[in-house]
Amino acid sequence: MCGIIGFIDRTKSRMDGSSIKAALSLMNERGSGDGAGYAAYGIYPEYADYYALHVFFDNLGEPKKKVDELLEQWGEIVHQEEIPTTPQPGIKKVHIPWRYFFKPSEDLMAGKMASENDVVTYIVMEVNANVKGATICSSGKNMGVFKASGWPEDVANFYRIEDYKGYIWLGHNRYPTNSPGWWGGAHPFNLLNWSVVHNGEITSYGTNQRYVEGYGYKCSLFTDTEVVAYLFDLLGRQHELSHEMIVKALAPPFWDDIDRMPAKEAELNKAIRLTYGSALMNGPFAIVVGTENGIVGFTDRIKLRPLVVGENGNRLYISSEESAIRVLDPEVKNVYTPRAGEPIIGRFIE
Amino acid sequence: MTLGSVPPKFKVSIDRDQCMDCGRCIENCSYGVYRREGDKILIESRKCTGCLRCVAMCPRDAITLTEKPIDYRSHPLWTREVREDIIKQARSGKIILSGMGNARDLPVVYDRLLLDACQVTNPSIDPLREPMELRTYIGKKPSKLKFRKTESGDVELETKLAPNLKLNTPIMIGHMSFGAISLNSQLSMAKAVTELGTYMGTGEGGLHEALYPYQDHMIVQVASGRFGVNIDYLERGAAIEIKIGQGAKPGIGGHLPGEKVSEEVSKARMIPIGSDAISPAPHHDIYSIEDLVQLIRSLKEATEWKKPVFVKIAAVHNVAPIAAGIARSSADAVVIDGFRGGTGAAPKVFRDNVGIPIEVAIASVDQKLREQGVRNEISIIASGGIRTSADLAKSIALGADAVNIGTAALVALGCRVCGNCYRNLCPWGIATQRPDLVSRLDPEIGAVQVSNLIKGWTYELSELMGAAGINSIESLRGNRDRLRGYMLDEQMLKILDVLPAGA
Repeated sequence: MCGIIGFIDRTKSRMDGSSIKAALSLMNERGSGDGAGYAAYGIYPEYADYYALHVFFDNLGEPKKKVDELLEQWGEIVHQEEIPTTPQPGIKKVHIPWRYFFKPSEDLMAGKMASENDVVTYIVMEVNANVKGATICSSGKNMGVFKASGWPEDVANFYRIEDYKGYIWLGHNRYPTNSPGWWGGAHPFNLLNWSVVHNGEITSYGTNQRYVEGYGYKCSLFTDTEVVAYLFDLLGRQHELSHEMIVKALAPPFWDDIDRMPAKEAELNKAIRLTYGSALMNGPFAIVVGTENGIVGFTDRIKLRPLVVGENGNRLYISSEESAIRVLDPEVKNVYTPRAGEPIIGRFIE
Repeated sequence: MTLGSVPPKFKVSIDRDQCMDCGRCIENCSYGVYRREGDKILIESRKCTGCLRCVAMCPRDAITLTEKPIDYRSHPLWTREVREDIIKQARSGKIILSGMGNARDLPVVYDRLLLDACQVTNPSIDPLREPMELRTYIGKKPSKLKFRKTESGDVELETKLAPNLKLNTPIMIGHMSFGAISLNSQLSMAKAVTELGTYMGTGEGGLHEALYPYQDHMIVQVASGRFGVNIDYLERGAAIEIKIGQGAKPGIGGHLPGEKVSEEVSKARMIPIGSDAISPAPHHDIYSIEDLVQLIRSLKEATEWKKPVFVKIAAVHNVAPIAAGIARSSADAVVIDGFRGGTGAAPKVFRDNVGIPIEVAIASVDQKLREQGVRNEISIIASGGIRTSADLAKSIALGADAVNIGTAALVALGCRVCGNCYRNLCPWGIATQRPDLVSRLDPEIGAVQVSNLIKGWTYELSELMGAAGINSIESLRGNRDRLRGYMLDEQMLKILDVLPAGA
């Protein structure tokens, strides 16, 4: 099941988290109280040039010492603190959420790690696979992921989500089926500026996982959704494909449709399917991805999960249910359901 | 004769009450089991190979065949087979020949792998109602794509695609040469693959004129004997395969006995009638990987870089690094033939002892190519003991792009796997060149049978994929997450990168 929400204000006018909380809670029938989470972009303008690393620590002893050491080895921590929380009866605080604002050192960028993003990706993979008691749950700039095991309203209140103001919001109400309900397994999943909320089950996970692992990503969070964030990072950042092309690779048109396209278009689509066959995602899914340029929503090729879109001026809403969009914006216009595999893209106005 | 005779393998008997004395058994048995004396049909059981031609043709079901009517004193180490091989060699002082695939009772990994299906949390897909994509492209694929913007603002593809073979189903028929098998067998298979939109191999036997109409669906083979190879042959094929080795006999060459070299075979192979066609163990121009690279380029150059070139190797212990080396050449696909691969003739000691299972080879090759970032450089075609659509699905889930079948296609033509292919006496008209025997196989009917088999497997593969919630073959390929091992040891699970059942 699961319920998902994506929101963008194209003019970067920021909205606080209270209405996202309300909209997500409306879809509690799609969840089970085992996990919920939010991603918000534009929340740390004072640290916009630094990577905001959100980390779950089991304790602040050994795991934190190791993460501190790793970060200091690769760059500079300009600020760090415990993420403020308010205890909730519905949430057991099994981890201590922490945030670092971090800048990789340019001196160490060489070879396989030629950019800031490469260094941060390495650190995320290293910590999540090898540092016991620490999980980095988000690693982008001027954004952060807030998630835990619990109902959406409890998770929102726990993190005081209404205190954050963002121009992109993602929300996820979880009903876990193929992996345990733990904090790291709640959505959104994030790497760098890519964040993913996902309703469904990826039947091609094994193929996708083997594909991204060939490029150095390590799937260590026991949930299929993790791989979607890495696919976007690989295709979007490393291969420099546009959002439209990424969606074409992950949910491509059927061969029968490609065969009917004009020659050039058919050739392009064939090339995508041949090259990125291992990135094709199968099984039922509806997904919204947050990026540094906007949001992208799409479903599987035969639309086995719901996705609804609404617009109002500069605001674009994507959700599992129209009712959730109407809670976010009672004045919403142009509500429609996209076709299977059709990318819904909301970009910032330059 | 101090050794005397060994016990017969089969005892043939005729229920005389049932028998109508039609003589079809005499007519059909090319091994000479039956003969008529006066008004009686006499039986010489010792000559029987168990090919079951007589049983299939008897209109009254009057014939009974008993395997091992007399056995040796049982012994776990000194089996019947071991004792008989020793007796044979004590007599002849020669290498023992055998046909078909590995006949040892070793565990089959495929049978210990189980497939997955959806329940509740994700819906299975019904192939009767929803699209199910099995289309497979064999050949080099770019590892990433580049696009450019045209002046009008359109996005255009900058990357050029290498030629790929388009398969409507990931099942091809492997290389069985004209010579090893009859022209009617090849024709049956050629008609079937053309109808289905897939491919078959010529084997190292040249391309008979009768197959020209199907050449767009035939992969021509260049093996160490270079029989039948000239520019015309290369240009006719849809792709070219360099055969380095074969699963049934890794490390050694081939031998077509002179009795199978008829006039037609001699023309296609470009060798004299009745002469033994002996392919050397190595290619005499390939002594290292760089020589192979040169041969691939020469073949591509000769055919103007229009045709994919495959390299076929036997699955030997070091198969993964060898395949990775091939992936770094201009080759478009590597065909891996497992130790259960069939043959018209191979020394028994090779057939039964050399090489590794195809399941393991697929897993380690796919893994190695991914580790080295060259998986898109080359397609993996798996062969050697693929018996069912389940074997096919498991091969793809382990990482193969497509499979080659051989024995299965022959069984669809009538073969009963008696294993006497090297004797030119095949009563089913398959592994023989004797015109009277060959004429028993009607290529029109044979084509329908082979095509039915591949269609049946294709439907079953669609159903298996649909049940697993997968609607395109790319998402099954290398998807080891959808396999579980049952009664496989920990080391084997690790190599296959498959979890045990229940995990």
